[in-house]
Amino acid sequence: MPATAPALDHPRPSAPSIPEWAEAVMIRIGAVLAALLAGAAFMAATGHDAWTAYRVMAAGAAGSPFAIEQTLIKAIPLMLTGLGVTLAFAMGLWNIGAEGQLAVGALAASWLALTVPSLPRPLMLPGLLVFGFAGGAAWALIPAALRAFAGMNEIISTLMLNYVALLWVDYLVFGAWADPAAFSFPYSRPFPESAHLPTVFGGVHLGLVLAVCAAAVLWMVLRATPWGYEIRTIGQSPAAARYAGMPVARNILLVMAASGALSGLAGAGEVGGVIHRIQQGLSPGYGFTAIIIAWVARLQPWAVIVVAVLFAMLLNGGFVIQTTGVPAAIAAMIQALILFLVLASEYLLRRLRRRRATAALRLALAARP
Amino acid sequence: MARPLVELRGIVKTFPGVVANAGIDLPIYPGEILALLGENGAGKSTLMSILAGLYRPDAGAVWIDGERAELRSPRDAIVRGIGMLYQHFRLIEPFTVAENVILGWREPGFFLSPRAGVAPVERLAREHGLAVDPRARVWQLSLGERQRVEILKMLYRDARVVVLDEPTAVLTPPEVQQLFSPLRKMAEGGRAVVFISHKLDEVLAIADRIVVLQSGRVAGETAPKNTTPRALARLMVGHDVEVRGKSRVDPGPVVLDVQEISARGAGGRPVLRDCALRLRAREILGIAGVAGNGQRELAEAIAGLRPVAAGRIWHDGAEITRTGPRRRWNRGIAYIPEDRQTEGLVGAFTLTENAVLRRYQVPPIRRGLFMRWPAARAGAASIVERFQVRAPSLDTPVRNLSGGNQQRLLVGREASWTGAGRVRGGRPSVLVAAHPTRGLDVDAAAAVHHVLFELREAGTAIVLISESLDELLAVADRVAVMHRGRMVGERTAEAAAREEIGLMMAGAAGA
Amino acid sequence: MTTHQVTALLAAAVTAGTPLVFAGLGELLAERSGVLNLGVEGMMLVGAVSGFAVAAVTRDPWLAVAAAVVAGGGMAAGHAFLAVTLGADQVSAGLSLALFGGGLSAFLGKPFIGIPNPVPFRAAPVPGLSAVPLVGPVLFRQDLLVYLGYGLAAAAWWWIYRTRAGLHLRACGEDPAAADAMGIRVALTRYAAVAGGGALAGLAGGYLSLAYTPAWTENMTGGLGWIAIALVIFATWNPLRLLGGAYLFGAVDALGFRVQLLGVQTSSILLRMLPYLFTLVVLFAITVIQRQARVPGALAQPYFREE
Repeated sequence: MPATAPALDHPRPSAPSIPEWAEAVMIRIGAVLAALLAGAAFMAATGHDAWTAYRVMAAGAAGSPFAIEQTLIKAIPLMLTGLGVTLAFAMGLWNIGAEGQLAVGALAASWLALTVPSLPRPLMLPGLLVFGFAGGAAWALIPAALRAFAGMNEIISTLMLNYVALLWVDYLVFGAWADPAAFSFPYSRPFPESAHLPTVFGGVHLGLVLAVCAAAVLWMVLRATPWGYEIRTIGQSPAAARYAGMPVARNILLVMAASGALSGLAGAGEVGGVIHRIQQGLSPGYGFTAIIIAWVARLQPWAVIVVAVLFAMLLNGGFVIQTTGVPAAIAAMIQALILFLVLASEYLLRRLRRRRATAALRLALAARP
Repeated sequence: MARPLVELRGIVKTFPGVVANAGIDLPIYPGEILALLGENGAGKSTLMSILAGLYRPDAGAVWIDGERAELRSPRDAIVRGIGMLYQHFRLIEPFTVAENVILGWREPGFFLSPRAGVAPVERLAREHGLAVDPRARVWQLSLGERQRVEILKMLYRDARVVVLDEPTAVLTPPEVQQLFSPLRKMAEGGRAVVFISHKLDEVLAIADRIVVLQSGRVAGETAPKNTTPRALARLMVGHDVEVRGKSRVDPGPVVLDVQEISARGAGGRPVLRDCALRLRAREILGIAGVAGNGQRELAEAIAGLRPVAAGRIWHDGAEITRTGPRRRWNRGIAYIPEDRQTEGLVGAFTLTENAVLRRYQVPPIRRGLFMRWPAARAGAASIVERFQVRAPSLDTPVRNLSGGNQQRLLVGREASWTGAGRVRGGRPSVLVAAHPTRGLDVDAAAAVHHVLFELREAGTAIVLISESLDELLAVADRVAVMHRGRMVGERTAEAAAREEIGLMMAGAAGA
Repeated sequence: MTTHQVTALLAAAVTAGTPLVFAGLGELLAERSGVLNLGVEGMMLVGAVSGFAVAAVTRDPWLAVAAAVVAGGGMAAGHAFLAVTLGADQVSAGLSLALFGGGLSAFLGKPFIGIPNPVPFRAAPVPGLSAVPLVGPVLFRQDLLVYLGYGLAAAAWWWIYRTRAGLHLRACGEDPAAADAMGIRVALTRYAAVAGGGALAGLAGGYLSLAYTPAWTENMTGGLGWIAIALVIFATWNPLRLLGGAYLFGAVDALGFRVQLLGVQTSSILLRMLPYLFTLVVLFAITVIQRQARVPGALAQPYFREE
């Protein structure tokens, strides 16, 4: 009678020696450091003094109250678009269109400010936010409807709409909304005073409060509501969601609209709270950075806030670093490199863990009589 | 006896969480048909996949022609004359038969004409009586025809060892008989044929020598004339097999009435044609049939996941033809789907999160705008306890569990159907179980059967779909047969009905 | 429109479509092997800046082309590592490279902004053929890289459908498990296809900075990489259909510039939206007409043997 083999019911040994979240944080810290190192290498290779450049960058990012203010100002749209993208990704929707949704939100808010400038402030302010929200949502509903009703993949559709939205901004800024005093520079007439968002401290506007609230709401929705459960299920396993009778099409529309709305809010924040007009190039790629942020934050709303601040530091530092002759694009490079390294590390560890589990079993087997 | 053509010595192979081969020695001789017999998970396929170069053993080696062979890839094995017919065909569906046969072997130099391979394939097919059109695309072929393509692949490569992994799983009983004569011919021609199976009767019919594997080890070796089915079964499971716990109960009133439903599948082809069944409380109706004859679609139609184009479905006196899966669940219709990992469960979710997949939006799990996780955990804990799901904690992702425990969780969740407002206590009115014991070891399978018997006694009406006629005859009260989307007949589940059922599965007899 | 205007439009369509031919063929190659490469936009930009930099420094146009090819291929090797060796999620891997390519190209290209290309590719009429009415000026009065485009498309079709290597490539993309069981080296094939695809994307970018514009500006591809990806779907992964589709898109682009000459009063900015809207419409049409059946069966699914 053969002896019983190691129980086939034995749960797979997959737990690493430290908790999963701690490992994830360490990977990210490592990736950021490695990316900064790589950035330094690039700077050195093109004849710049990396050490000085980084010192200037750090000072520009957080070296003075003014710098911190500027960083926070840039962090606001990153937080909002990051949250929007996180929501979409949580349901498995690849919303690459945050940049366009931000732009259309900005357009909608600008329309209100420029078309009815006499609106009293108690109506104008909420109006800006509502219009921004609605504009972004509407722009996101286009690819959402295409996906929900025609099954069209949203990656290309959201992308194409980015370009259309940005051109639309150009069209208005050079055309109907152009500032007559600006001699065809690419920006619109300035907003009325009533359309300036109130500030929380220094130049940091109300958007910061909205962003943090949005993060809290998103966190609660995903973790503690039936809707959040549906979203996560559809994102993890569309087949199981169907099996459980979850309404997929309806959720595609709702989630994309909410995702776009958050980015639209970011747009309203930029035009109402920062530049007080609308202009070409109002976003230095916030919508794309949002994708990196969402991934690095592992789709956790509170982490999105933290990572957004970090990336805002990079972005702000990148602007300032130009004084040393290093192109501002170094920031974008480092950000993308962080994502690349995070992906590489996570999947590398996954592969190694499989090998480790197998090796452990082999040892256990060899030890038996 | 002649020297072995191939010898596997001391083979050990593990995968994350499971030991597939725990030290196996196996000689394979030319001119004989060797049967590798064992339950699901005994290690037969893994062992042969090592021989075929697909896996590398953790310990031990393969010896061919008296020399140690390093098989680093499938190509190495093919070059040495090892041919393997896998359980899931390795055919590229958009390609033609000829392209599939010649892929990766003695292909014309650099250039490839559209007619490449057609002539040699035609010749081989004629010589061995394996009729198939070399220019047909594989997706157009039936399962039996695809199997012939796989065999042609091996013949094209002058295979000296031909390994067939569960070849009869996709064949009807008459087709199984048709398979045996080419195999016999191959053996007589000096090849070594290895026949992997878990079906006792086939093995006894075809093999010259039988080796039984159990839990990754060789449990015994014998020849058909020296053994009995019962002795083989005992070797396979390690203890005497008996179907326990099935008591005699009288069926109750009709609970589910499926009236001539028809449905269409991908591309508009009909998958269910005037399919009908009547299910009573306290009975288990088994659905037999070769895979792909509409069983899956029938299960989906009952569960509300597949719309029917014609016909009606009644449950407990109310028509539910147009009702969605959620409302059907609320009425007490539970469904254990075939794809437990991708459909029935969400791998990345914890046990708690999976336990509420059906009830997340109603009290007591839901209160107002929020979900009450403590209530969910209580429900999950009760399933874990009742159905003995072994897991490190309720917060473990389900994909980390073994297949057996995943299935216990899934079965437990469906069997624990409760009415609104309660966390535990209750049973479904109808349970559709599609291949619930697939891939499970004997103990886990027995546990699933035990649950089915309990539910049956308590009053549930059960539909059991299985590819194993043995299981159906042992567990079900009646067995209905599906063929090409229709119900072609029904018999009481007893051993005497086996042959008739087999014929109905092949479409040879009706009603 | 006069014949002359039509000819000019069609010739411009061919020129405008050529980067799409290169980038599209590259993506087609990768996807045929089963790997989705969303980093094309970044690889094009890196190719463009590398080509231009080498041209400005060495004044050797063909060395510049080689630089563009190598740059694109090198980046794609990174994608292949993530996608094939590590089995990472291909969408985010590709996006990270697209973004990195944008940043890297802007970083490296700063010194070259505003500098004219010292050795641009000029039109090289084919003797005899270029005199053929209508077709001649359109197809045969182009620069050498455009001719390379014709050749590559034909070569790609022939390679995929008429060689043993092409059969192996398609097998990897349809069913890597089956291909592996038949002894084909799936990982190697995929690496080669992805790297080759990236090299072609680099060539596409190089064409922009060395022949089409010919200069370097930040983000000069303006979404062509993404359009190329859509184009591959539109062409149902067939190189000859891709060639036609690329020139069709080129025509839409060229039309945008010329419509005003026909007296139609529209903002040039709105006209620049045309290619993107056209892509949307075309992709929608394809999805609805259900050409999905031709998708390589295993696209974007990592394959590991012991799973």
